[in-house]
Amino acid sequence: MTTETVVGRFGRYGGRYVPETLVPALLELEEAYAKASADPAFGEEVARVLREFVGRPTTLTPARRLTEAWGGAHVWLKREDLAHTGAHKINNTVGQVLLARRMGKKRIIAETGAGQHGVATATACALFGLPCEVYMGALDVERQALNVFRMRALGAVVKPVESGSRTLKDAMNEAMRTWVSQVSDTHYVIGSAAGPHPYPTIVRDFQSVIGVELRKQAQAAFGKLPDAIIACVGGGSNAIGVLHPFIGDAGVRLVGVEAGGHGLDSGQHGASLTLGTEGVLHGSRSLVLQDADGQIQEAHSISAGLDYPGVGPELAHLAKTGRMEVRTATDDEALAAFYEVARTEGILPALETSHAFARGRELARELGAGKYLVINCSGRGDKDVATISARGVPPPTGVKA
Amino acid sequence: MSGEIAKAFAKAKARGEGVLVAYAMAGDPDLPRSVDVFSALVEGGADILEIGVAFSDPIADGPVIQGASERALKAGSTLKRVLDEVVPEVRKRCPETPLVIMTYVNVVMAMGEERFAKLSRERGVSGAILPDLPPEESAGLRATFDAAGVDLIPLCAPTTPPARAQAIAKDGRGFVYCVSVAGVTGMRAELPPDLSQRLDLVRKASPVPVVAGFGISTAEQARTLSAHADGVVVGSALVRAAHTDGPKAAKALCADIKRGLKR
Repeated sequence: MTTETVVGRFGRYGGRYVPETLVPALLELEEAYAKASADPAFGEEVARVLREFVGRPTTLTPARRLTEAWGGAHVWLKREDLAHTGAHKINNTVGQVLLARRMGKKRIIAETGAGQHGVATATACALFGLPCEVYMGALDVERQALNVFRMRALGAVVKPVESGSRTLKDAMNEAMRTWVSQVSDTHYVIGSAAGPHPYPTIVRDFQSVIGVELRKQAQAAFGKLPDAIIACVGGGSNAIGVLHPFIGDAGVRLVGVEAGGHGLDSGQHGASLTLGTEGVLHGSRSLVLQDADGQIQEAHSISAGLDYPGVGPELAHLAKTGRMEVRTATDDEALAAFYEVARTEGILPALETSHAFARGRELARELGAGKYLVINCSGRGDKDVATISARGVPPPTGVKA
Repeated sequence: MSGEIAKAFAKAKARGEGVLVAYAMAGDPDLPRSVDVFSALVEGGADILEIGVAFSDPIADGPVIQGASERALKAGSTLKRVLDEVVPEVRKRCPETPLVIMTYVNVVMAMGEERFAKLSRERGVSGAILPDLPPEESAGLRATFDAAGVDLIPLCAPTTPPARAQAIAKDGRGFVYCVSVAGVTGMRAELPPDLSQRLDLVRKASPVPVVAGFGISTAEQARTLSAHADGVVVGSALVRAAHTDGPKAAKALCADIKRGLKR
């Protein structure tokens, strides 16, 4: 099943809107990737690293207490939080860094929001011995101190970006500007299923390992495909990774949850699929948060990874064609879900992931008993503890103070 | 209107000069005062004006023009206001100078491609430069512009392979903008040594004039390049001069670079 209507396009979305300087590099990348994908040795190498180093396959865990608490479908968790570095991001960076090495590139640049993609890129670069520079909004550098440390410890150079809103979109602008001037020997590892063609395809393919594993695991665990799969959506790499292998399965409901921030009517959110309009940001045509004059608006989310005013073009296509249902969760709902999951399942989910959990209860009830709901647990919440604990920790449930 | 660009090149050639395409940001420091900057550039000898329209996420621009973008957005600059308030005033004060809008594709899409082409034509804009619209993505927009009589000016980069550069040049409109350095806009002390060769190649293939831009800020650089191009684009140096020392400084810099373009 493919949603690619013509090369590089998902319906109206996608394309390659970049300075001419980058076009030859994107053509080179497209060709190199086509050759690598057709080469079984490359596929085996990626699979071997994912198995030996990343810890794949990640488990599919029954969430028995959440199932009971929510009173609906059986809830299962696809545990990307158990992948090395603590999130799904490593699936893509291992693949892209191996591809860059195959192309003879001498250095790697990347951008990061929450720092998970930066850490995953720094990790892959350390593993394969390539120098690495990570662009990160100055505000995110402040919010995500743990991940900044991890990147530096892994030998990457973290470049704080002071322009614009000092968050992910500005980091991506700066990484693109840097790439334009160093394009001959540098590979830019984009972390989301966004950006100019062929990135949305490459990232989706490397992340699809999540959904491919899930198909097998679901059959083994409950004897059929899930009735619904739910994932959080910022740029959308974990969502497209878990959902893509199920696009052709009409019986599987695909659900994406965006950052509702302070609420959809507050103007402070990251809900580009829900409230975005068609536009071009970071090299592809998709749905973006923008004003009537085409200026990109600043997104807001308690989670730095969902704080992005765009979304990958394939997800925009899936949302617009109705194949993927789109919902939102506010900051407060995500926080409440974080504690609920922590206290019923013993898992601290990332704030990004907490958005998916926040819509889990109603979806489980909609599906009803006997059905199976899988939540993509995209990452662990260690990186978010400063943000979360700053708001105070609620008292233990069921224990008298 | 598109004939205006050809006429500007022909006039400069008749005077034995290369063309100076001078860039400034509309709305920097505010809309009315940016009109003063544009007219100062023409007084200084600019042959074509490149009117920058700010975008929040300018991936092809270096720090000087990024800064100008931020100031312009703060001052309320939008494509609509530039076409309504800046372009007509500049036309009034510099009736002989062709105007070219430089902005990003999202800004044009937000206005609507046809509406932009129509308004441009009505207000006296001859062409547009959209640095994030490579040839693969430009067919539809270019057809709309062609129909309206507005030139979509193509860009060619140092990384563009020769065959692709020739194809871009052959199908050029207005002029071909040869980006001199792999990188973002901004001043450079040195330009790549193979630039003249590349300009010769593009010029040979192109039915329209060819200019070099990005990194050019001195009369000396302009002199070297004008042997291989029909003109140069100067942006960041002028934006910085206007921002720090006002329109007069930008005018003086134009005059200086123009001396370098005399053959």
